[in-house]
Amino acid sequence: MIEHDTIYAHSSGRPPAAIAVIRVSGPLAHRAATLVAGSLPEPRAAALRTLRDRGGVELDRALLLRFDGPASATGEDLIEFHCHGGRAVVAAVLRALGETDGLREARPGEFTRQALENGRIDLTEAEGLADLLEAETESQRRAALATAAGGLKEQVDRWQGELVELSAMAEAAIDYVGDEEETATDERCLFNCAQRLARELRAWLDQPRAERLKEGVRVVLAGPPNAGKSSLLNALAGDERAIVTELAGTTRDVIEVPLALNGMPLLLVDTAGLREAGDGVEQIGIRLAEQQISMADLLLWLGEPADVPAHPSPLIVHAQADRPERRVAPLGSLAVSAVTGAGLEELRSQLLVRAAALLPQEGQVALNQRQAAALEQVVQALNTASPGDVVLTADALRVARQALERLSGSAGIEEVLDALFGRFCLGK
Amino acid sequence: MFDVLVIGGGHAGCEAAAAAARRNARVGLLTFREDDLGQMSCNPSIGGVGKGHLVRELDVFDGLMARAADHAAIHRRMLNRSKGPAVHGPRVQADRRVYCRAIRQLIAYDQVSVVVGEAVRLALTGGEVRGVHLADGRLLRCRALVIATGTFLNASIFIGDTSMPAGRRGEAAAIALGAQVREIGLGQGRLKTGTPPRLDGRTIDWSRVEEQPSDPDAWAMSALPPSARNPQLRCGITRTTARTHNLIRGAFDRSPLFAGAIEGRGPRYCPSIEDKVRRFGDRDGHQIFLEPEGLRDALIYPAGISTSLPEDVQLAFVQSIPGLERAVIARPGYAVEYEFVDPRKLRQTLEVIDIPNLFLAGQINGTTGYEEAAAQGLVAGLNAAASALALPPVLFDRRSSYVGVMIDDLVLQGVTEPYRMMTARAEYRLSLRADNATSRLGEAALTANCISLKRRRHIEQHLVFRSNPGFADTEEARADRLYAPYIERQQREWSVIAQDREVGLRADLDFSAVPGLSTEMQERLGAVRPETLDQAARIAGITPAALSALYLAAVRKAA
Repeated sequence: MIEHDTIYAHSSGRPPAAIAVIRVSGPLAHRAATLVAGSLPEPRAAALRTLRDRGGVELDRALLLRFDGPASATGEDLIEFHCHGGRAVVAAVLRALGETDGLREARPGEFTRQALENGRIDLTEAEGLADLLEAETESQRRAALATAAGGLKEQVDRWQGELVELSAMAEAAIDYVGDEEETATDERCLFNCAQRLARELRAWLDQPRAERLKEGVRVVLAGPPNAGKSSLLNALAGDERAIVTELAGTTRDVIEVPLALNGMPLLLVDTAGLREAGDGVEQIGIRLAEQQISMADLLLWLGEPADVPAHPSPLIVHAQADRPERRVAPLGSLAVSAVTGAGLEELRSQLLVRAAALLPQEGQVALNQRQAAALEQVVQALNTASPGDVVLTADALRVARQALERLSGSAGIEEVLDALFGRFCLGK
Repeated sequence: MFDVLVIGGGHAGCEAAAAAARRNARVGLLTFREDDLGQMSCNPSIGGVGKGHLVRELDVFDGLMARAADHAAIHRRMLNRSKGPAVHGPRVQADRRVYCRAIRQLIAYDQVSVVVGEAVRLALTGGEVRGVHLADGRLLRCRALVIATGTFLNASIFIGDTSMPAGRRGEAAAIALGAQVREIGLGQGRLKTGTPPRLDGRTIDWSRVEEQPSDPDAWAMSALPPSARNPQLRCGITRTTARTHNLIRGAFDRSPLFAGAIEGRGPRYCPSIEDKVRRFGDRDGHQIFLEPEGLRDALIYPAGISTSLPEDVQLAFVQSIPGLERAVIARPGYAVEYEFVDPRKLRQTLEVIDIPNLFLAGQINGTTGYEEAAAQGLVAGLNAAASALALPPVLFDRRSSYVGVMIDDLVLQGVTEPYRMMTARAEYRLSLRADNATSRLGEAALTANCISLKRRRHIEQHLVFRSNPGFADTEEARADRLYAPYIERQQREWSVIAQDREVGLRADLDFSAVPGLSTEMQERLGAVRPETLDQAARIAGITPAALSALYLAAVRKAA
């Protein structure tokens, strides 16, 4: 048995909150909990305890849950403190745990890593869990659950089966020549099968990605200066203000506002002020705006319909419709007023419809970037199949098989783990 | 006292003895009968797809098989000629007697002492091999021992409902030695193989049989030019009929395969005719190649109808085949079941892990085929000499040779059915061609110091020639260019695997204590004891989840 360190961390959302969950996992977890809480409940039971530091000072009255390894989420002895969620309380309990001999603060993703190392979950499950922990909206959570429940694994297994089948056909054509005609293979047909599979995978790659769930559908507001972009952004974000925060560190010229619209993750991007600067800077501003437009999943264009930039999904908005001179909206545009609220509902619902098409369906398995990269390699390998040379086709199939194995975690393991654990935030 | 003693004079034994002798060991070769040396007990052909690659690689190390095959060749075919050069498979039909004579001459030339006798017991002292006790009471002492007893270990022959202990038809089996191999914990189980009835070619109506001529161009197996060239014979092709299948189906109850007398597993890719009829009964016919056994030999080997049915059934179904209506069976076909050893108990040198100085080569390790046996003989012989004379070992890598692929597969994966070389087993197939064996292995052969002066000159010249402008016009260079982009891709793959190679698994790693490994995975890993993560990844049936668990355990232990 691998001897793990005993680790602890605050494992729920940022305080202040109603409740804060603090986890301790490892061989010394029970001993540490006894020191802080006095006595422990039965395994898999909860009890109310007063938490004290070493000097006997009362820290909090908290709910304590006890799990005994290996039948715990991490496979180790595990304690959960459900404390009151004030900043001071959380800090005090963490400090008390830190003063306990043999305990150290968990590194990002370390609880999940313990679970993986103890065989409680496998790699694809761990990855689904990583997505789940990062998921902030309801639809994100469901997509992550589909992966965690093995939806992707099922699909990968089916492709693997097909590749193995095709490989077997190719190998028969190569290794059984002259022995038996029973194994004669139609090489042309083999090539066609490989191409068909490549097309199927390509279709999967063209489907919405898991990242859009996490990062939100990118909605870019663009248009000439003073077209009302900022007001419109504020109006759209207004109702959801409670969970909207302006991201720190964004450039002066671009403001990104994450927003959950009916549970749909959106990222509103304002290119406000771009053309208001002087000559030289304006050039940079235009380039920035163009860049934003090219990255946009959805474009809200607040200018003249004739000037709309090239984009696959532009939505022409006639903003400031409350102003007298703008009472008549051009054909094909949507009249909206941030002041009166007119047209906002219609704009929201149009955004929802368009964003939904860009997001994975509920319960549908969405690929994340690593998974998509592996599938991309499979497709590329399959595309090197040759209609005239079965040896090259066989090699293409072999490489494709290996690339697909990378999805289930067998090849390039270190790389997979690095990518995986780098995504956890502390304490999960 | 021999430096190296080899038991068995088949393809593995002869190559092992000669290879050890070429590394300047004093070598003894123990055989039941002197005439047995280099016997082709099954079909009279050498090479093929994958197998031909092995023969060419063996040849770079001055192995006997390629030169003897050229000397005895009476029909040549480059298989897969219509496909890419990586899978061209050179195969020759060899005159059985000429081949044996060539092997005997080559063995004598390499100064191997042939001893006639039966080994009954290994002399083991302190867990190490010291020699072999013979049936006549003699003790042959040696520093290293190679067991290459082929199918003879505790073997039984089956024809219909009769069975007898025998290694080959008319030859004794090694019963006593088989018992000891089991006793010291090496025996794993039984495998089976079979052979077709031999026909008298003078009773075949060749006018009713499709003709298959020899290749018109005079390519050779060995890189060294052959001394002489025999006249080339044609082979014939005919097929079984619906009546053949009915006759065979009617006798299923008299087949030892189906009646349960034979428990050993046979090769799926080389099934008996009764297996084919049972599994592919709906086909209208199966192809049969009629191969001459020699220039002055009337015997014909009908490849494709290996059988252990009773003799009367064999005759009846043979005579239901076009061209064979009046054929006479000179010797009936039979199945042979024999004991084999779990090759996972061997090192990459084919030395038994737990018994220093004891090496195993050939069919005893669960392989099938002359070429597979011979290639193992080379590996065991070179390394037995290394062990006896304190020379560096000679290791083969699966990136650069089919020999390496086979050894790696055997010692890591073991066998559940007779192991035959196929190009599909080589993931680096595009660079492992039959036409570039000297380029791939020349340096290694020079370093191993096991080759003649003539061979040394040939290898050195070839390696120099590769950098000459004239090389660009050769078939080898054309194939190099054809595959260059794909080989680049393979090299990138290899660099990824090389990282896993760096992850060492400690010899004392307790697989049962690695969290997340199922009992099945623990057993598979425990049986092989891989030294690196990359080896573990190649063990059959090891799941991705098991590998990640193993990786995590290894990294943690190292930290």
